[in-house]
Amino acid sequence: MEIKVLFTILISTIFINNYVLSQMLGLCPFLGVSKKLDSALGMGLAVIFVMTLASFITFLLYKYILVPYEITFLRTISFILVIASLVQLVEMVIEKVTPGLYLSLGIFLPLITTNCAVLGVAVLNVNSGFVTAEYGLIKSVVQGFGAGIGFTLALLLMAGIRERLELAKIPRNLQGLPITFITAGLLALAFLGFAGMKI
Amino acid sequence: MNYWKEFTKGIWEKNPILILGIGMCPTLAVTTSVSNALWMALATTFVLISSNILVSMIKGFVPFHIRIPIFITIIASFVTIVELTLHAFQPDVYKALGIFIPLIVVNCMILGRAEEFASKNCIVLSILDGLGMGIGFCLTLVVLSFFRETLGANKLFGLTLIPGMNPATAMILPPGAFITLGLMLWALNVFNSRRSR
Repeated sequence: MEIKVLFTILISTIFINNYVLSQMLGLCPFLGVSKKLDSALGMGLAVIFVMTLASFITFLLYKYILVPYEITFLRTISFILVIASLVQLVEMVIEKVTPGLYLSLGIFLPLITTNCAVLGVAVLNVNSGFVTAEYGLIKSVVQGFGAGIGFTLALLLMAGIRERLELAKIPRNLQGLPITFITAGLLALAFLGFAGMKI
Repeated sequence: MNYWKEFTKGIWEKNPILILGIGMCPTLAVTTSVSNALWMALATTFVLISSNILVSMIKGFVPFHIRIPIFITIIASFVTIVELTLHAFQPDVYKALGIFIPLIVVNCMILGRAEEFASKNCIVLSILDGLGMGIGFCLTLVVLSFFRETLGANKLFGLTLIPGMNPATAMILPPGAFITLGLMLWALNVFNSRRSR
């Protein structure tokens, strides 16, 4: 396998198929945690970490347990349970090992369980045929990592804009969610520009 | 009148999308056409009502600390039922909704209702609550998809509206979803502030 393939997966999940702005996954944290730049960064790092780990674990689970025993219809149930317990485990490990990191990331970890981008990347890894593909495990992990980076990028862009919007004079009826959605729409329009990219 | 209140609150005053702002991902992603929106709303409402019934039935003996995993497992089971049923009987819908069928599991609306309402109330109230929330969800999705399909594809239920007109394709792409929902929320705010004046 060439390194080029991995690079293509990475670029396409970050820019062309950005999980938030082109595939519309993980919108709840995108709208909820994008008020401040530093909390957006914390959430982004936590998501990158969990997504990479979840891609790894769910790939192994699917390929070596669900497929051999022919119980692939349990995909949704098993994936969500694995992700939920994974998040819990990561939270406990971080709390024990690096309390400093826990203080900055800790509050975001429970939110990640219901972040549909994490379950989304696990299901998409299966749907894009990585299970039977050569070096599928590495491809899945790279896709999970790229998806996390793409999520963080969108979150940071949004948080930067929203911090500036705090100072702007917005009509009263547009304040809060409406202006946030319209901003997100303009960001998504900008990201459409990547759709023509050929790699 | 308590029953009637629990039923109607989801439709307007506590509308899951417009007021509470939850369940955004399916709302924005599948509203490219009215029929997709209707199927999505139907699937979500089915899961919501079924999980509400079951959660309300077992509320007495669920240990407090592990209630969330139990609720998620219940919801995921119903989502699997929906997924397999749609795959078998409506393959086109299954293909169009794609990844957003398994993602009904992480729709915050369903877990939210289980945690906030069904685990504290009786079965009849939980059914009414689920039905009301489902109808509120459905109405919002239909309105959003109506604007997106007519403007973005010049179609309604797959039929061309004005022959020879070029549609504004951006409306069925992600930006159109964000902007349309933003404008809907703005219109709602204008309506509410006019009324309270």
